[in-house]
Amino acid sequence: MSIEAREARQPWILLAPALTAIFLLLIVPLLFIVVYSFWLRSAVGADTPGFFLDNWKAALTDRFYRDILLNTLKISAITTIACALLGYPAAYFIARSQGNKMILLIMLMLPFWISYIIRTMSWINILGVSGALNSVLMSLGIVSEPIQMLYNETTVILGLTHFLLPFMVLNIFVSLDGIDTSLEDAATSLGATRWQAFLQVTLPLSLPGLAAGGLLCFVLGAGTYITPVVLGGPRDAMFANLVFEAIIRQLNWPLGSALSLLLLMVLGVLVAIYNRYLGMAQLAKGLG
Amino acid sequence: MDDTTRYERLRDRFQNGDISRRKFFGLLGAAGAAYGLQTPFAKYANAQTASQVRFDGWGGIVSEAFRKHAFDPYTAKTGVKVVDGTFPGGDEYLALVRASKEGEYNIAHLSGVFDYARYHSFGLASELNLDNIPNMKLVMPALTNAFSSVTPGSLSAVPYDYGTTGLAYNRKYISDEEMKEKGAKILIDAAYKGKIGGWSDWRTRIWYGALQTDQDPNNITDIEAVWNAVRAHRDLALKYWASGAELMSLLAEEEIYVTEAWSGRIYALQEQGHDIGYYDPPNGFGWQECLFVLKGSPMAACEELLNFMLDPVTSIAVAEGQNYPPALDPSKVDLGTKIPTLPAFDATGTLSGLTFANPGYWNGNEAKWSETFSRVQRGY
Repeated sequence: MSIEAREARQPWILLAPALTAIFLLLIVPLLFIVVYSFWLRSAVGADTPGFFLDNWKAALTDRFYRDILLNTLKISAITTIACALLGYPAAYFIARSQGNKMILLIMLMLPFWISYIIRTMSWINILGVSGALNSVLMSLGIVSEPIQMLYNETTVILGLTHFLLPFMVLNIFVSLDGIDTSLEDAATSLGATRWQAFLQVTLPLSLPGLAAGGLLCFVLGAGTYITPVVLGGPRDAMFANLVFEAIIRQLNWPLGSALSLLLLMVLGVLVAIYNRYLGMAQLAKGLG
Repeated sequence: MDDTTRYERLRDRFQNGDISRRKFFGLLGAAGAAYGLQTPFAKYANAQTASQVRFDGWGGIVSEAFRKHAFDPYTAKTGVKVVDGTFPGGDEYLALVRASKEGEYNIAHLSGVFDYARYHSFGLASELNLDNIPNMKLVMPALTNAFSSVTPGSLSAVPYDYGTTGLAYNRKYISDEEMKEKGAKILIDAAYKGKIGGWSDWRTRIWYGALQTDQDPNNITDIEAVWNAVRAHRDLALKYWASGAELMSLLAEEEIYVTEAWSGRIYALQEQGHDIGYYDPPNGFGWQECLFVLKGSPMAACEELLNFMLDPVTSIAVAEGQNYPPALDPSKVDLGTKIPTLPAFDATGTLSGLTFANPGYWNGNEAKWSETFSRVQRGY
């Protein structure tokens, strides 16, 4: 075998374990889901195998699923914007801090050590009728009765923002950290104010990080179902909740499979658009 | 079950007159012949002896009671480990079992005869050898008959406890008189908007919708009226709770003042000193729970565990721990002083005062109603 042929094979040999794992743990289960989505649910007993389009027809034409899907995208978009607005200053501060950058980064990573559900439930102790915020407001005499703050769409967005903010900060930080600070100094030496230097130099250069964080927050947010269950009211649901209900509560695995694939396709299109214009390299850096 | 226990049970049956002398010696002879005929390879069958049994239940104080009063003593006595898991609801658990390999899950603390029927429909049921569970004779016939009617001639589960899903209310804001007067309709009373809760379970929502529209929950004639009641409740409710722990937290923290609730959990809140009332409205939701053995389980170990759990000492201790009356017949077993004070307790042992879900009726409507509820919940 020639050296060229051996070198051409080497990456594939090195990639083989990872590709095998991805094939067995991701592609094969996904294929099962695809097959299942064409089956029909049986009220009791085994589902009916075959090639039926009923589930796809329901998923694509039923207003109920379309409305919840659009609402899911709306909630994810609002959450992503909130994460960007809160995350950018924090990431900027960490990137520009001298000496204690590592401590700040560790603090940023700390929430990942605590269960997502516990973090979500912590808001009940903060915003509940007998929670910390109401206790403070009442002890200061600002309100006489506790304010009902929990169990609505706003608290769902709050919980999601809490969950996703570190992903946004990390991505922006990676982008900002790679920008040469002397560029800002050069801009100010040429007459720009600090604000103008930021707007015209730093911000455009950090946009790939912002976009990568935005994509990550949006995709993770759109796929969540715990937050609406814990912090939402009776009506609040995201698309993943419908998937959960179809599969778990209604035991309608075929419809649940079609719904989960629909969500996957919608999010896949968004990732494809991102990749087309910005590429995945920045995302990999942010996750790395 | 070891051979000594097996022999002791056989001897007990003979001494109690359940089997004849001829049959007793015949069985002993058969056991001896089987022992004599076994090959040297028989010792390898020990590899199939169950060293552990998987048990899944409702979590919280219920699981604590099971662990403390049943599983730990059982393991200490037999050496068989009980691995206990929890689930938030029967639907979730059924989905897990369907997705699992046979034998992965063994015993489940299931609720309602409709669950018993569903597991049979999905081919997930085992068949118990009741000779290995002599304590079954202490169980109320009313509970056993409900399961026998689904699987005539055999059982896949033993009844274990019962309770109700009634109305829980904070006495600081709602008096006993008001609760009795309004009954189930208090859950759609606009005066308590934002302070009402409800279980996210579609059966419970429809059951209470039927009560709110003066219909028989086991024979609903106007389902649209029920859906309208569910919608009215949804618009007034602050939160649909999804677990017993969440129910207790919402009431204890005064996030909600009234909700339907599981009787045992409310008793636990009362024991903790919370002034929470509990009221079973006419036709309130009664249910019986069973210990269901799934297909593919190690039957001898499971039957031994079930018998151990039905032993009055164990059963009463678990009942007092989880606050649900046991399945033991009060006319046959002295249930002590606490159990008669538990909500839903029936001293007659007939359970004639409770209304249970008709499994055929509810399972027959499950597909349509569970899906419709998902839509109604979201504003449709």
